[in-house]
Amino acid sequence: MQDVILQLDAVSKSFDGKKILKDFDLEIKRNEFVTLLGPSGCGKSTTLRIIGGFEKPDGGRVLFEGKDITSLSPDKRNVNTVFQKYSLFPHMSVAENIAFGLKLKKKSKQYIDDKISYALKLVNMTSYAQRKPASLSGGQQQRVAIARAIVNEPKILLLDEPLGALDLKLRHEMQRELIKIKKEVGITFVYVTHDQEEALTMSDRIVVMNKGIIQQMGTSKSIYDEPQNAFVADFIGDSNIIDGVMKKDYLVQIQGVDIPCVDEGFGRDELVDVVIRPEDLVIVAEAQGYIKGMVVSIIFKGAYYEIKVKAGEYEWSVQSVNPAQIGAMVGLTILPDNIQIMHKPLSEDAEVTKEDE
Amino acid sequence: MVERVKDFISRFYLALIIVFLYAPIAVLIVLSFNDSRSRVVWGGFTLRWYQVLFSNHQIMDALWTTIGLALLSAGIATLIGVLAALGIQAMRRRGYQVMMMFTNIPMLNADIVTGIALMLWFVRFMPLGFTSVLLAHITFNIPYVILSVMPKIKQMNLSVYEAARDLGAGAVYAFFKVLLPQLMSGIVAGFFMAFTMSMDDFVITYFTKGAGVNTLSTMIYGELKKGIKPEMYALSTLIFVTVFALLLVVNFLPKKKEKNL
Repeated sequence: MQDVILQLDAVSKSFDGKKILKDFDLEIKRNEFVTLLGPSGCGKSTTLRIIGGFEKPDGGRVLFEGKDITSLSPDKRNVNTVFQKYSLFPHMSVAENIAFGLKLKKKSKQYIDDKISYALKLVNMTSYAQRKPASLSGGQQQRVAIARAIVNEPKILLLDEPLGALDLKLRHEMQRELIKIKKEVGITFVYVTHDQEEALTMSDRIVVMNKGIIQQMGTSKSIYDEPQNAFVADFIGDSNIIDGVMKKDYLVQIQGVDIPCVDEGFGRDELVDVVIRPEDLVIVAEAQGYIKGMVVSIIFKGAYYEIKVKAGEYEWSVQSVNPAQIGAMVGLTILPDNIQIMHKPLSEDAEVTKEDE
Repeated sequence: MVERVKDFISRFYLALIIVFLYAPIAVLIVLSFNDSRSRVVWGGFTLRWYQVLFSNHQIMDALWTTIGLALLSAGIATLIGVLAALGIQAMRRRGYQVMMMFTNIPMLNADIVTGIALMLWFVRFMPLGFTSVLLAHITFNIPYVILSVMPKIKQMNLSVYEAARDLGAGAVYAFFKVLLPQLMSGIVAGFFMAFTMSMDDFVITYFTKGAGVNTLSTMIYGELKKGIKPEMYALSTLIFVTVFALLLVVNFLPKKKEKNL
């Protein structure tokens, strides 16, 4: 019933004896915007390269519209890639770059010219057709790279951290534009990034990866609001992740204090990970808070203050629109809805790994 | 005041260098048009020596041998050198270093050693002649090609190869269409370098040529034993002008390309 365009079936891949992907399963539906999100080395780029045909998996199969394409070379796949480093052909003009794939397909001159002007219009680069890539800015080069890929009308467009080299403002602009392009051309996008904000903004579905396995899959909202383990919680947005004890349904004990929550179905006195987003913590007078601590630092972030409150051994991160006094004793409260309880990880792979970047 | 003196000294020094470098060549060029066999008396302007030069079969033969040899050896060395450079680049670190060392040795090695060594080798397997000189020239030209192509290979953006494959190009097409053009400036530079090295060479040619084959340099050397003839000035002038023109072309071409951007 579901229109699956691409399926990875138990794909595994090692480099130099190190397992990058472990029995990786993924289904991508037609016209979906899927983002593979994770820290560097999590296997997301390798996954993309396997879909593109640049790497051959050690085991497992890649199915495209139901057909096994595992050993098909990149030029025979109905898939195009937008590379991280743009990879435009430096000795060709913008128009020649875009025409490259079409010429190989032996399209008529008229068809190619029409396609070039259509694609340049789509990426807002109409007046640049005769320029050489070296004379373009990073953002412009990336637009050309996108145009070059989509004129071939691939069934799937693969994007490997395409905005990674751009500055923040340009990145936001390009994010909006990518969504617009996606709507216009109506092809499946598989997007790879380590930028969680980018993933949350653009995707229909996010696949959070770490150490070659999928940690969680779902919409932006479900991933942000209901992380399934500490890795996801830590990777997506800022989080306070702290040990807790589930006293009974709807009651969790953190730092010796019983706090009402909305979670049920855990074992009595089960050790759990508790995730609380910094924006969900509210600073109140010391006596009124569940948790009492001292303000140790405050940083102005523009839209809010980032405040660190030390309670016991743990430093809580709080986002507040009101400043606080360093050294002051304060209380922290939280609504039951905003507490996310997670089972302790069973395997080492699911554990929180700090990102190096 | 001090500034002006400094300025004067630096200009004077520069002028001195240029004079020392180019005055002898200028004298040579002037003498080639001198209508007198004397080296100190100006006998008026003439093109006589050029006429004599072009009607001398021996010299003309040597000229064509030199040019043919330079073109052939540079062409073949470029082909081998580019392939070698690609292969060396693909090696692991250890092999890469060893190969680059082997590449550098022939360039640093004294020509006379290379010349005698090659001669001994050739004498064992083939009669000395045009073929042996050609092989010798190819041999010493390959390192120059490798060294001028190598930096281009290092700079080369390999991901464009994947991009080409991604857009539907086969492996061979992608190589010729997007990888080779990136190396082109290095390849052209390597070819010209090899060409001039071959034109220029005396020692190695002298030892490997055998009887009957003469390049310009070996022929001029032979002629000198009989005394300097004015047509030699004419010949040297022509060689200098040719090399100078080549140099201008090589330096001018890349700039023109950049303007096109």
